[in-house]
Amino acid sequence: MHRIILTRLAQGVLTLLLASIIIFGATEILPGDVAEAILGQSRTEEALATLREEMGLNRPAIVRYFDWLGGMVQGDLGTSLATKRPVADMIESRMWNTLRLALLAAAISVPLSLALGLWSAMRAGGRVDKTLAMTTLALIAVPEFFIGLILMKVFAVELKWLSASANTRPYFDFWQNARALALPVATLSFAVLAHMMRMTRSSVINIFTSPYMEMAALKGLPKRRLVVLHALPNALSPILTVIALNLSYMVSGVIIVETVFGVPGLTRLLVDGVTLRDIPLIQACAMIFGAVYILLNLLADVLSIMANPRLRYPK
Amino acid sequence: MSDATEFAKPRASVFAGLRLTRTAIFAGGILLFWLVLALFGPWIAPHGEADIISTKTFAPIGEGGWLGTDKLGRDVFSRLIYGVRTTLLLALVTTVISFTFGVTLGFAAAILKGWFDIVVSRIVEAFMAFPSTLLALVVIGAFGTSITVLVLTVGLVLSTSVFRVSRALGYDIGVMDFVEAARARGEGTWWILTREILPNSMAPLIAEFGLRFTFSILFLSGLSFLGLGVQEPAADWGLMVQENVGGLFLGSSAALIPAACIASLTVSMNLLVDWFQQRQQGETVLEKIDQ
Amino acid sequence: MSDILTIKNLRVEGRPPGGTYVPIVKGVSLNVAKGEVLALIGESGSGKSTISLASMGFARPGCRISGGEIWLNGRDIMKLSPHDRHALRGNEVSYVAQSAAASFNPALRIGKQVIEAPLWHGAGDAATLTATAVDLYRKLDLPNPDTVGNKFPHQVSGGQLQRLMAAMAMSCGPDLLILDEPTTALDVTTQIEVLKAFKDIIRDQGTAAIYVTHDLAVVAQVADRILVLKNGEMVEEGPTAQILHDPQHEYTRTLMAAVRPAPHLVDHVDASAAQAPVISARNITAGYGALTILSDVSVDVPAASVVGVIGESGCGKSTLARVVAGLTPLREGEIKLDGKVAAPSVKDRPRDTLKDCQIVFQMADTALNPRQRIGDILGRPLEFYQGLKGRARLDKVGELLELVDLPRSFASRFPGELSGGQKQRINLARALAADPKVILCDEVTSALDTVVAAGVIDLLKTLKDKLGVAYMFISHDLSTVASFADEVVVLYAGRVVEKGPSKAVFSPPFHPYTKLLLSSVPEMRQGWLEGVADTGEAKAASAGSVVIGAKGCPFSNRCTHVISGTCDTVAPPLRVLSDGLEIACHLPTGELPDRGL
Repeated sequence: MHRIILTRLAQGVLTLLLASIIIFGATEILPGDVAEAILGQSRTEEALATLREEMGLNRPAIVRYFDWLGGMVQGDLGTSLATKRPVADMIESRMWNTLRLALLAAAISVPLSLALGLWSAMRAGGRVDKTLAMTTLALIAVPEFFIGLILMKVFAVELKWLSASANTRPYFDFWQNARALALPVATLSFAVLAHMMRMTRSSVINIFTSPYMEMAALKGLPKRRLVVLHALPNALSPILTVIALNLSYMVSGVIIVETVFGVPGLTRLLVDGVTLRDIPLIQACAMIFGAVYILLNLLADVLSIMANPRLRYPK
Repeated sequence: MSDATEFAKPRASVFAGLRLTRTAIFAGGILLFWLVLALFGPWIAPHGEADIISTKTFAPIGEGGWLGTDKLGRDVFSRLIYGVRTTLLLALVTTVISFTFGVTLGFAAAILKGWFDIVVSRIVEAFMAFPSTLLALVVIGAFGTSITVLVLTVGLVLSTSVFRVSRALGYDIGVMDFVEAARARGEGTWWILTREILPNSMAPLIAEFGLRFTFSILFLSGLSFLGLGVQEPAADWGLMVQENVGGLFLGSSAALIPAACIASLTVSMNLLVDWFQQRQQGETVLEKIDQ
Repeated sequence: MSDILTIKNLRVEGRPPGGTYVPIVKGVSLNVAKGEVLALIGESGSGKSTISLASMGFARPGCRISGGEIWLNGRDIMKLSPHDRHALRGNEVSYVAQSAAASFNPALRIGKQVIEAPLWHGAGDAATLTATAVDLYRKLDLPNPDTVGNKFPHQVSGGQLQRLMAAMAMSCGPDLLILDEPTTALDVTTQIEVLKAFKDIIRDQGTAAIYVTHDLAVVAQVADRILVLKNGEMVEEGPTAQILHDPQHEYTRTLMAAVRPAPHLVDHVDASAAQAPVISARNITAGYGALTILSDVSVDVPAASVVGVIGESGCGKSTLARVVAGLTPLREGEIKLDGKVAAPSVKDRPRDTLKDCQIVFQMADTALNPRQRIGDILGRPLEFYQGLKGRARLDKVGELLELVDLPRSFASRFPGELSGGQKQRINLARALAADPKVILCDEVTSALDTVVAAGVIDLLKTLKDKLGVAYMFISHDLSTVASFADEVVVLYAGRVVEKGPSKAVFSPPFHPYTKLLLSSVPEMRQGWLEGVADTGEAKAASAGSVVIGAKGCPFSNRCTHVISGTCDTVAPPLRVLSDGLEIACHLPTGELPDRGL
């Protein structure tokens, strides 16, 4: 088992490297280079040449890639083209806002979706199950910004219970923070809740087609025990994968939510970077999100491996 | 164990016994409605998509146009009708692109196996190691926003999922005895692909097309909402939401209406795909305990 | 009333996904007395399994009990609430399924699953129940009874798991035990020990049982009474001896007639030794990945003759067919088809080589493309190999259908509209469309009902006489092979242990494994099981399991005649005895098992 986990970890590192190549490559193959982007329309050939020399753009791409990668590893994320500030500083000040949103949403949506998914599975074919199935099916297909806007319209504009802006201040007390964060966190949770719930249900239901579930049912065991004790351990691996997938999906959910509610977070920074074509900023943000995504998936895989008795107890 | 004569099906076809449900008819009706609007939009819309019809911006429903005006005083109703065209067409093109790449490569990987499979699968895995939105943002960040970049990027992002589905189908069906029989006969790769594997993967591929289409609409409208997708003055639903968010606090529904339209489109599509897949499913042991 | 179970006029309906309900069981009545074993026999679709589950008040997903009374321990359980009815399961009545490997939850320890039902129903605390379970393990002859409960299902062999499932069913001390084809998935040599264990434990505990099977010989060993079913209706019922020796109903007689005569009774003429072989496989070694399935296997198939390849699951017999067909690459060795060396891979073989050697697969269902009409399925090889098109192709398809005794009108049908036996005939017709010299038949009758299988075998014989085609007939079923093959090859763990003319292989002297195989085939004689289960051979065989890639003789860990120091270190070479018989065994010729069965 240890060997399988180590292999999986090594694969994770490899994927991260590949991801870095894709990010670096995608921002490198564009026509022109960073120097052109900085100088814009008013460039002269001499100015371009000087700047290229200054920024080391005349070196081959491979050298620059390793230079960039080395910097990344040491925490040197480069300098923003737009603000001329170190990218690391810009990210640091924003990171907490995004992380707080994502963590809160995860803390709410993961247990809730698991509970609802198992409940729905236990009532398979019943009214609860059918209602939940329809609702979540619809919810999956609704764009996050629609959910966000509806919530904002109802709770912030009409009822005025909650704040439409998620821009918190250091001097905010608990309730002020809660008022500000409730809507973005709810929107983000909705976005992943439906999907995770459905996948939990279907993973469990899927297990119920196996002969051993029929066997367990014919022992006269109650449904609760069948679902939790017999089906869940076998559905663990797909469920973990789905959780990891959805947590990392929050990355894209967060982008929308931060825009809707004006959160000064990391993804806003990225979107601004894309609008301004601030390459070092895009690269750094993309690497961070990519790493989180890969790490989450890796974690899910390792946990599934550890939960598999075939691997835990070899013959 | 099973006796074929007992549950003999009259005819094996993808559309055998449609067994429409109320939900399916409802969802299909909505999709049809939008499709008709998309086809005949310019003849139905009272104004052009960029025409400013009123000096009053963010006019409420019933004032100016049927559905009010937007932030520049344009007719929301007309822009909505033009928008469905853009939205559906872009989603269709991206989905077709993703299927062209995904299905071709997926089946090729499943049939050719060996190094081709390894190389392509690894590359796709690396692409999938990113959140799809992030990938699109990086590419758009590098190339700037244009319809071509947009369509190609989203098509590429979507194709990774199509690749996975097709490859799995190719592998699953490729090891079945009837394909082995064709292989033993000496049939070439092309025959095996087009005559043996493809006809037997139509149902899951149709479902996947529906799902990717939905995803494409969501994805593109999300990008437009961020201001990185379709650019003004063209009418696109996601873009309309972005333009008019500010009106929300002024009592205008100009942002909510297109958002709701997107939802109606994607939810209907999802319901239809679900109906298509559910037709195959039966009961579970759990349900039998209560009987 | 001494009846544990009385079923009156039971009706069960089933529904394919999205379809409408059709009757599966059409008014069956039966009763099981205390301590009695009632066997339900019938072919697939007879409703035997459905009835057995209905006696627990249970219907499989997609089915429902639509009428009748089910009296268990003096009350009609269909009148109980679903909750109360569910409480009977795993308490008063328990269930043993066909495949233990699939019926144990892979994520839970065996012991926990064994005592789960009585623990839940409040029959005792975990410690007492575990002690009872260990007793059961001991009675069932399981190795390491004290520790086997701590293992996970994947850590235990198939035969042991099957016995553990019996322990799981018996742990709640049920009044009624349902056994649903509990030995069908096992190899014959494993079946004996499991069957014996089941029989002993039922007798020992005095439990009433319903035993569902399609195998009459198995029924003869365990049942007190037999109920014959066909298409959801009762055909005949009576004491075991009466049904076996004096069946009243026409259908029961048909069933009896289809049961193969015991193998050693068949006498065979050695037909075609003089002709050149159509298949000549020399020293074949093959496998998948790091796994070696076949090592150093040589087989010849003379023209217009039948060579039977016998072996149990995992012995490599299907791999042999795939290697000959070029579907699985060989690592070492050489294949000659009709005297010419054939490329190892099907991709490199020219069409006339491919044409000569056709393959027919085991699962008739999956071997036909569900989206092609029969006319196209048969027409394609005609076009591919012979260039037939249009009218000529259509005519030939009709001829082929008639050749396999099917109406010409089938050409317009899809495979889903055919029964299992009909599909297998189409598979055969597709092979014949190439006008081959030899057909590789890979377990072609194994998935079919006995009567249908007998029909297919008859067809194979007719075709051989009519067309002069040869068969490499691969099967785990000794009786079928013995009644049909001119020559026989016995495979064990990927090696040839014995081969020669069928008559010589099936008469002494034997390879010890052949002897075990022959004596393991259940006979219709009541009391056969007790006689065979107590022999030294059977005991030794159940002690070990198949090891692939063993250093010495692969059978040495299950053999009574093992010569330690020789058998477990040196692989025995194939040695030619009289009459073209070859045996791979270290025993001197005179000491090879030779007594009759």
